[in-house]
Amino acid sequence: MREPPRTLFDKVWDRHVVVAETEATPGVLYVDLHLVHEVTSPQAFSDIEARGLKVRRPDRTFATLDHSTPTLPAGPNGLKPYVTAEAEAQVHRLEQNCARHGVNLAGWDSADRGVVHVMGPELGLTQPGMTVVCGDSHTATHGAFGALAFGIGTSEVAHVLATQCLLQRKSRAMRVMVDGRLAPGVVGKDVALAVIAALGFGGGTGFVIEYAGEVVRGLDMEGRMTLCNMSIEAGARAGMVAPDEKTVEWLRGRRHVASGEAFEQQAADWLTLASDPGAVFDSEVVLDGSAIRPMATWGTTPDAGSPIGSPVPAPRSDSDRKALAYMGFTAGETTTTQAVDVVFVGSCTNGRLPDLRAAAEVLRGRKVKPGLRMLVVPGSEAVRRDAEAEGLHHVFTEAGAEWRIPGCSMCIAMNGDFVGPGQLAVSTSNRNFEGRQGKGARTVLASPATAAASAVAGVLTDPRVYLREAAPLEQESATQATGVENA
Amino acid sequence: MPDPFKVLTSGTLVLSQTNIDTDQIIPARFLTTTSRDGLGALAFHDWRYESDGSPKPEAVLNRIEPTQHRILVAGPNFGCGSSREHAPWALLDYGFRAVIATEIADIFTSNALKNGLLPVVVDQATWDDLANNPDQPVTIDLEAGELRRGNHAAVSFTVEPFARQCLLDGVDTLGWLQSHMPAIEAFERNAHPEPVA
Ligand code: SF4
Repeated sequence: MREPPRTLFDKVWDRHVVVAETEATPGVLYVDLHLVHEVTSPQAFSDIEARGLKVRRPDRTFATLDHSTPTLPAGPNGLKPYVTAEAEAQVHRLEQNCARHGVNLAGWDSADRGVVHVMGPELGLTQPGMTVVCGDSHTATHGAFGALAFGIGTSEVAHVLATQCLLQRKSRAMRVMVDGRLAPGVVGKDVALAVIAALGFGGGTGFVIEYAGEVVRGLDMEGRMTLCNMSIEAGARAGMVAPDEKTVEWLRGRRHVASGEAFEQQAADWLTLASDPGAVFDSEVVLDGSAIRPMATWGTTPDAGSPIGSPVPAPRSDSDRKALAYMGFTAGETTTTQAVDVVFVGSCTNGRLPDLRAAAEVLRGRKVKPGLRMLVVPGSEAVRRDAEAEGLHHVFTEAGAEWRIPGCSMCIAMNGDFVGPGQLAVSTSNRNFEGRQGKGARTVLASPATAAASAVAGVLTDPRVYLREAAPLEQESATQATGVENA
Repeated sequence: MPDPFKVLTSGTLVLSQTNIDTDQIIPARFLTTTSRDGLGALAFHDWRYESDGSPKPEAVLNRIEPTQHRILVAGPNFGCGSSREHAPWALLDYGFRAVIATEIADIFTSNALKNGLLPVVVDQATWDDLANNPDQPVTIDLEAGELRRGNHAAVSFTVEPFARQCLLDGVDTLGWLQSHMPAIEAFERNAHPEPVA
C-alpha cells in the first residue's frame, strides 16, 4: 500500500516520536538540540538538581548569554555595566550551571556568543529535520531550516535537561502560501508583518505553520528566519520552510555540520523533507506577495500592521481603542507624521548581516535626525565581526547611530537599553506590546531599511524613498497589501 | 510539584481586555530573578503601580482581596506573547488558581497546567455572563469537567486528559517522563543519528 502523503511537519515529527501519543497521554518527543539562555533556565537547573539529576545530554545542549547582558563594553575599571546586581547574578548563575553540568556556553569570552536564535544557525547547530527547543517563544526562527523548532516553558526546560525529551501532543498543520513576486524594496520583515496582519494575533494558535510559495522560496535564509521568527506573533507554536538548495549552501562549511561525503549524504536527506504533493493541511491561507508593501504597525499587537502611509483603521473593539490611545495615533490619519524618538536595529528577528547591510544602505552618506537616538545592535559576535569587516560600523557611527556589542537589548529592555516613557520607537524587533521596550514605550515594528529611513527623516518613512534602485512609489490602497484569501 | 486541583469555588476578577500578553502579566524587566517565588507582587505590575512605585488607587488588582478572587475571567487570547513561565508563577503567587477565557494562548496553557493554574476555555455566552456578573461565585469542578454558577445549567469544559489527571492527583510530569527512560535510551541507540558534532 502506498504511504499517504506527508507534510514537512509530519516528516520531522515522525522521526522524533519515542512513545506515540494516546487519547490519555501525550507522546514522548525526542529533542535534538536544546538551546539555553540565562532568563528561563535557572529555575530549571534548580529543579533537576533538587532531584539529584544531571543534564543528561550536555552534548545536545548549548547555552548563550543574551537577554540580561549589557551591550556596552566593560568600563575602565574592567566591570561590565550590568543594569542591576540581579541581572549580573543571573548571568553568573548560568555560567555556574553550565560549568557544573558540562554544558557548552558561548560566554563572555567566546567569539560565538550571540542572541540565541542568531547563534544556533550560524554555528550550524540548527539543521534541517531536527527538533530544536529553547525556553523562548522565538525559537520558531530555526524552522527556516526545515527544523521543528518551538518555545517551551521553564518546567519543560527541566524536562529536556533531565531526559532530552518532551511530553507533546501534535499540533495541527497550516500552510501559508505567499505567491507572486515581491516588489523592489519589500523584504522578509514586511512579509512577516503582512502574514500576521492577515492571520490575526491568535489566528495561528494550535498550529505549526509551513510557509511556502514563490515569495518564500525567493527569500534568502535570513529572510526566512525573520518570517519563521514571528510565527508566535500569530499564536503559532512553530513556523517551517522546506529545505532547498539555498538551505544546503547556507549550512555548508558551518562548524557543527558534517563535511565531505557525509555532508552530501545529509543534504540529500534534507531535500526529501519537503511536503509531499497532495499532503493535507488542516488550514490553508494564500497571500498575494506582489501586493505586499513596506509595513509598519500602528497598535500594540504585532498583527496591527499596515502599509506605511496608509490610514490607521477605525477601531473595531475596546482593545483597539486602548491600543490607539496608548500609541497616540488617530484612526483615519497616517502614522508617518509623529516625531520618532528612538530607532532600534537588532534582535533575533533582524539582527543579522543582511539586516545591518539594509540599514547601512539607507544611512550611507546620510545623518540620523538630530535629537533622535538610534541604536544598532548586532545579533552575534560573528555578525559584529562581519559587519565591521565591511565597515558597516563606520556607516552607523558616522550617521550618528550607536554601535553596540551583541545582545537582545531594546527588543526586551532587560539590560538597561530601553525606550523612555511616552517615546515613540521604530524597531526591527518582534513585539510592540505595551511596555515591551520599556515602561510606557510606544513601539512601531518595521524592517531594518524602514527603521533606518525613519531615523534619517525623523518620522516613520517608507525606505523606498531613499533606495536608489527602488521603483517609483505608486499610489496604492491600503487594502491591497494584505490581500488574503482563505482557501 | 503543584498542589492537586479538584474543586474550586471562588469569586472572580474580570479583566476583559483582548490579548493580555505576558509582558502585561509580568514585565520583562522583572525576569532577572533566578527564583520562582515572590512574583505575585509583580503580577500586572505596570497596571498596578505608578512609575515611582506607589500603588495606583484606581487599579482593580490593588482593591480586591486576592484570596476571595481566585478565578480570573480574562479577555480572548489571554497569555499570548512570550514563553515565560514567570507569568503563571506570578498569577499563582498573587492568588489566582484558574483563568477563564474564550481563547487562551498555547504555551501559556502548557505552562499554567504544569504549575496548577487551571486554564478553562468557555463559549462566548458563558463568558459574557461571567463578565457581567462579577459578584457571583463560580465553582470549577475539574473532576466533573464542569463550571457551575448560580442557577445556570452547568457548563462543561475540557482539559487535556493527561494534564487533567496530573492536576487531580498532584502528580508531577517530569517523574512520569522519567519512567520512559528505557524507551528513550533505546530510541537513541537504535533509531536516531548521532548528536551534533
Ligand atoms: S532578541 Fe528579543 S525576541 Fe529575540 S531572543 Fe532576545 S528578547 Fe527574545
